[in-house]
Amino acid sequence: MIIDILSWICLLAGGALGIIGGVGIYRFPDFYSRLHAAGITDTLCAMLILLGLGLQAGWGIAAFKLALIFVFLFFTSPTASHALANAALHSGLKPKLDMESRHD
Amino acid sequence: MKSYSFAALLFIFWIFLSGHFEPLLLGFGVVSVALTVFLSKRMNVIDHESYPLHLSSKLPSFFLYILKEIVKANIDVVIRILGWRGASVSPQLVKIPLLQKNDLGAVIYANAITLTPGTVSIELSDETITIHALTKAAADELATGRMSNEISKRVFEK
Amino acid sequence: MFIAVSLAILITMGLALTRALAGPTTYDRIAAVNMFGTKTVLLIAVLAFLSGLNDLLDIALVYALINFIGVVAALKLVTQGNFHASDREERVVEKERSE
Repeated sequence: MIIDILSWICLLAGGALGIIGGVGIYRFPDFYSRLHAAGITDTLCAMLILLGLGLQAGWGIAAFKLALIFVFLFFTSPTASHALANAALHSGLKPKLDMESRHD
Repeated sequence: MKSYSFAALLFIFWIFLSGHFEPLLLGFGVVSVALTVFLSKRMNVIDHESYPLHLSSKLPSFFLYILKEIVKANIDVVIRILGWRGASVSPQLVKIPLLQKNDLGAVIYANAITLTPGTVSIELSDETITIHALTKAAADELATGRMSNEISKRVFEK
Repeated sequence: MFIAVSLAILITMGLALTRALAGPTTYDRIAAVNMFGTKTVLLIAVLAFLSGLNDLLDIALVYALINFIGVVAALKLVTQGNFHASDREERVVEKERSE
């Protein structure tokens, strides 16, 4: 019962974080900032949803597969983000920087 | 030696994923494992760097640390997306020195930076990492080198 | 409850898809497609529980890998203009073209 409630909390929080990340890729001003918003949906949102599903599944092969999905996402999503940012920078896409707060 | 442990691990992986013990399916598993090991050997990827088995005992401690950082960074970015309490973004592009001693450390560090929302490593060179940070606070936090120290301490120290 | 979560994921996918359509740069589009793919993986995983078909988890697993490779391949095509693996391959192709 407690595990059920915990897993629903995880699932709902994950879903909410996903929507927030989706809103983030609208609100942020340029490509590089949008990567950060996409980062939310790739990390904590995926983590919470998979954790919630894992709690529902209990110990077994399903939980193992969920853990594997989690590991794959955690290895691949930063690599993809880095590759995207690197390619964008090399292609000459300039990030919109906040000049006012830079005094150095 | 490494390829044997690699093959054993892959086979355990196969059994966990399939969950079947019929001879035919186990035979398919043996063939796939042999093919994978052959291709990996041909690509020269079974070495100290691409197959860091010696680091697996350090994984839990590193993982707990990175999890904590991810949760902290996520909360910060969520507040900034929703714009609570007038929170806004001030994107920064900073260069910070790379204090890791080897390539593996550099990759783990850059990966950890990218994994925490709010900071993305854009470019790696031998001495520096270029980072795009969502806020000045996040950039300053990375410039202190705290995360680099934590990773050196948790991953590479005995 | 699984339905609520899959709806939330679908909304996120919709948001990502509109960003992919809106652009403005190619990199925005690729990032949005990457996010769309990650959400697809999660959606398949949730659907596996919703429908009780545990085999769908294998599909989610494979999709997680394909999504990554697809994004990197698209990125390579955009930045490099071809899929050549190495300089050597490049030279072979150049040679064949000139003959």
